[in-house]
Amino acid sequence: MNRSPRRDLIVGLFVLAGLAALAYLSMNVGGLTFRNQGGLVLYASFDEIGGLKPRAPVVIAGVKVGQVVDITLDADYRARVRMDLRRDLKLPVDTSASIMTAGLLGDQYISLQVGGDDRLLENGGTITITESALSLERLIGKFIYSTDRGGSNEAKPSSTGGER
Amino acid sequence: MLQLIEDIGFAAVRFVAELGRITWFAVDVARAVFTPPPRIRAFLGEMFNIGVLSLLIICVSGAAVGMVLGLQGYNTLVRFAAEESLGAVVGLSLIRELGPVLTALLTTGRAGSATTAEIGTMVATEQLDGLRMLAIDPVHLVVAPKTLAMIAAMPLLSALFIVCGLAGGYFVGVALMGVDAGSYVSSLQNAVDFRDDVLGSVLKAFVFGVLIGLISTFRGYTCQPTSAGVSAATTSTVVVGSVSVLLFDYIITALWGV
Repeated sequence: MNRSPRRDLIVGLFVLAGLAALAYLSMNVGGLTFRNQGGLVLYASFDEIGGLKPRAPVVIAGVKVGQVVDITLDADYRARVRMDLRRDLKLPVDTSASIMTAGLLGDQYISLQVGGDDRLLENGGTITITESALSLERLIGKFIYSTDRGGSNEAKPSSTGGER
Repeated sequence: MLQLIEDIGFAAVRFVAELGRITWFAVDVARAVFTPPPRIRAFLGEMFNIGVLSLLIICVSGAAVGMVLGLQGYNTLVRFAAEESLGAVVGLSLIRELGPVLTALLTTGRAGSATTAEIGTMVATEQLDGLRMLAIDPVHLVVAPKTLAMIAAMPLLSALFIVCGLAGGYFVGVALMGVDAGSYVSSLQNAVDFRDDVLGSVLKAFVFGVLIGLISTFRGYTCQPTSAGVSAATTSTVVVGSVSVLLFDYIITALWGV
């Protein structure tokens, strides 16, 4: 079989197009990143993370600065969350992390509130001030409980008033 | 009654024997691939036939499937005011299932049948015997490049199918239905995971490539040397190839845990 430059060129283009499609799917859509490319790694422990999942965004003032990489259970039965953040980020040690929900039923993400301390969090450091996820079910439960109690409190004086 | 049981038994024995033959055939092909000299020219020619010439049908079908997914997904999601999730719906369906499976089915019809017919005609016209007379192994020269090209082309075609589908879904969802472009893309990116979805998709396409590459060449190689035999072998490639793709799709999905 003879060499035919035109056909080889077209086959080469086909292979490159296919590989480009694969790369687009992996990197852009699939979110494949090369680990530890010099980014800032921080940990935070939460009592309750709700529906937080790996690859959830980490934001400061609504701007995405990194993502959740790993969630494990630590020795105190708290959720230890590993976050990979942008390298150029300089965060004070009193920065706090809270788990928020996008919309009423949306995905959960971590929001960082930057503190005012002079000392900075080091790479691999742990954020100590954390706020757990707001559980909608628990909130509704609390609300029902409090209205129940409030209702009986109101009912008591009126009933005693009726006796008088 | 006894005759019926006998028939079932015969069919089972024939099926197992067929499995054994195709396994040995696969071993032969694998050995031929690693036997020098490598048939690079033949492989490139087959890449052209199987890959490049399938591009049009793959891209058009991918775009059409993506557009339908966009439309159906939008109409369903808009009832729950969740049309921001359209990207996730289109992307996950395409990447996990529709991309590899439909690409494999289309390639079976487009290239697998042609492969069987070509090799079958070579058998019928005794060209392969002629090669053997020249001390050239027909598996090495004819079969292995075709199988290899099918295996190499399938993941690439599947990836192109998916990208065309994503573009089709984007076109319908964003341009026609007015879903926000940013939420389409971000729901897509948030929903799709590299290992679970993209790697699983590539694995499926690869396995389907192996299946169709082997089935189509095996059917051609073992066909009856008559015109009716070639036609029967071609039909059998499409039927067996499509069914085994769908069966293996279930098995891979179950094992990979997608």
